[in-house]
Amino acid sequence: MPRRASVRRQVRIPAPAEEVWALVGDPGRLAEWFPGVECCRLEEGGRRVTIASGLELFEEIVTLDPLQRRLQYRVVSGLMSEHLATLDVLDLGNGGSLALYSVDAVPATMALVLAGAGASGLEAVGRRYGGP
Amino acid sequence: MMARRILLVTTDQQRYDTLGCNGGELARTPVADGLARAGIRYERAQPQSVVCMPSRSTILTGQYPATHGVYMNGVPLPAGAPSVADVLRGAGYRTALVGKAHFEPFLDPFLRFVENAIGRRGITEPPGGAHRGFEHLELATHGAVGSLHYARWLQRAHPEAVAMFYPVLDASVEVNDYGGGDTGAPQVKVNTVERGWYHTDWVADRTISFLDGLSDDEDWFCWMSFPDPHHPWDPPQSEMCRVDWREVPLPVGYPERAEEREAILSAKPRQWWLWYEGALVANYEAPASWVPASLTADQVREVNARNAVECELIDEALGRVLARIGERGWSEQTDVLFTSDHGELQGDFGLLFKGPYHVDALMRVPLVWRPAPERRVPPAVVTAPVGLVDLAPTLCRIAGIEVPGFMEGSALPLDDDDARARHFEEVLTDWDSELFGVEMHLRTITRDGYVCTSYGSGSVHDGSEGELYDLAEDPLQRRNCWDDLSYRTLRDELVAELRARRRGAGAVKRPLEAPV
Repeated sequence: MPRRASVRRQVRIPAPAEEVWALVGDPGRLAEWFPGVECCRLEEGGRRVTIASGLELFEEIVTLDPLQRRLQYRVVSGLMSEHLATLDVLDLGNGGSLALYSVDAVPATMALVLAGAGASGLEAVGRRYGGP
Repeated sequence: MMARRILLVTTDQQRYDTLGCNGGELARTPVADGLARAGIRYERAQPQSVVCMPSRSTILTGQYPATHGVYMNGVPLPAGAPSVADVLRGAGYRTALVGKAHFEPFLDPFLRFVENAIGRRGITEPPGGAHRGFEHLELATHGAVGSLHYARWLQRAHPEAVAMFYPVLDASVEVNDYGGGDTGAPQVKVNTVERGWYHTDWVADRTISFLDGLSDDEDWFCWMSFPDPHHPWDPPQSEMCRVDWREVPLPVGYPERAEEREAILSAKPRQWWLWYEGALVANYEAPASWVPASLTADQVREVNARNAVECELIDEALGRVLARIGERGWSEQTDVLFTSDHGELQGDFGLLFKGPYHVDALMRVPLVWRPAPERRVPPAVVTAPVGLVDLAPTLCRIAGIEVPGFMEGSALPLDDDDARARHFEEVLTDWDSELFGVEMHLRTITRDGYVCTSYGSGSVHDGSEGELYDLAEDPLQRRNCWDDLSYRTLRDELVAELRARRRGAGAVKRPLEAPV
């Protein structure tokens, strides 16, 4: 298996990009959409996240760009020696949006797990707006 | 009318030839052998996938992987997928799954999936009354870490035992290649855990506990699912005196000379050789940094010895459960089915574990059905090919329920005459994987004494490759006849048949959520 992996998942959401971004682009609202996040507390430079298995992670906010609707963050504690997550919300121009969630990670397996969790959270957001 | 009772017993990664009734000479399996003598033993039973999640999803749904959509490990079976347990529950059966489920990924730190979530919460009755048709779930896997019920129990009741087990994953969340025992074989560890704390006995204990909660007039279906003899090979050390690995004969499938092994492997499609030399790992569950070419004869002996001990412990655990059923006075009305989700290479071709290798080591599984004695079904041996896709319809037949339209198999034949009458002529097995840029697709048909695999194009194959083995002439599947001109007509007929018979509704491709 490769040491590093880069995994991208995409979800169409039947809601305007601004509305989707207001939720998923707000670093403090992670627990409202990301599965298994029990607690999210903003701290200097990032956020401290507690997940359902009891793990606590500190996530450094790398990019928060509302014009591009891009959020990037890096988990700097836990199982991973490297991590970068990128969340983009693109306007599809028809009242809908496309959310892209990418994870680059070492070890590679964590990229799969994290991207899968993020995508399922975005799918749940889509269902709130009547998506599949 | 007396209650109907169904005990489905599965093991994980157990080869056909590990049971005495199938010719195995290493492990003593008198309980399974006794079921075979009293019931129906299938000599050519194959899974529809040679890895856990797709194969188990087939057992549960009665569908081919192309229909249920779980095409590889790490793809969860949708929560709303059809389930034979749901059908039986709808007919009034009490339902339970005890042991290894694995319809959902194990690696799940967010506890997104019910199997992990209920284990973590310590509940055995899932929210909503049932999960996949099971009203009672007590789950386990191969070790002592994680969120499933067994691991949580061991962590709570015997925390000192947790570190005794083999660490399945390493610090990089890769399957560990750490070697132990006397020979340094991968996924082997001396485990000083007390036998009664080991997961095999725990699965039997919890099954008995579930059965003890049932009244005599209730119909029930219990899937008792042992995590062994899947690696790691770390059975309780107290039991290792049963088999001295130094006296274990090398398996007939293990070519002793390296030159012979390498000649065989190099005549097969590329992924065989690439894995042997450590250049390609197509299955996450094979340790990524282990090189099969380094496997020694003594390591094969030790792995087989440990595997045999695990098979004996399963047989004894099954015996305890059957004894309890007898004590309740239920034996006459109880159907027992015993099988495994897929096999294990276990030294064949100089390899261990599993992967995209459609040979008997992985594709031929033990299958025994002991019908309820009160029905007086004559004992039989069935040589016709059958599949694990046929289990769910069989459970419906036992229960006297019409087989639902979503199921794609047929109730197992009672003997070869029944098999002929109902056209059990071939069995199909698929492999599909797409993991970190490695893509592989195999389609296999077994019929008329041949195993024929056609490869699709992917990152390793161009779609022209294949394997063809004559099981009568070459039972060890060492000589690939795919490119032999004298087999060309037969090959083309089998591939045409494979395409014509291909089953599966073409499910929407589901994303990979985890490596396993």
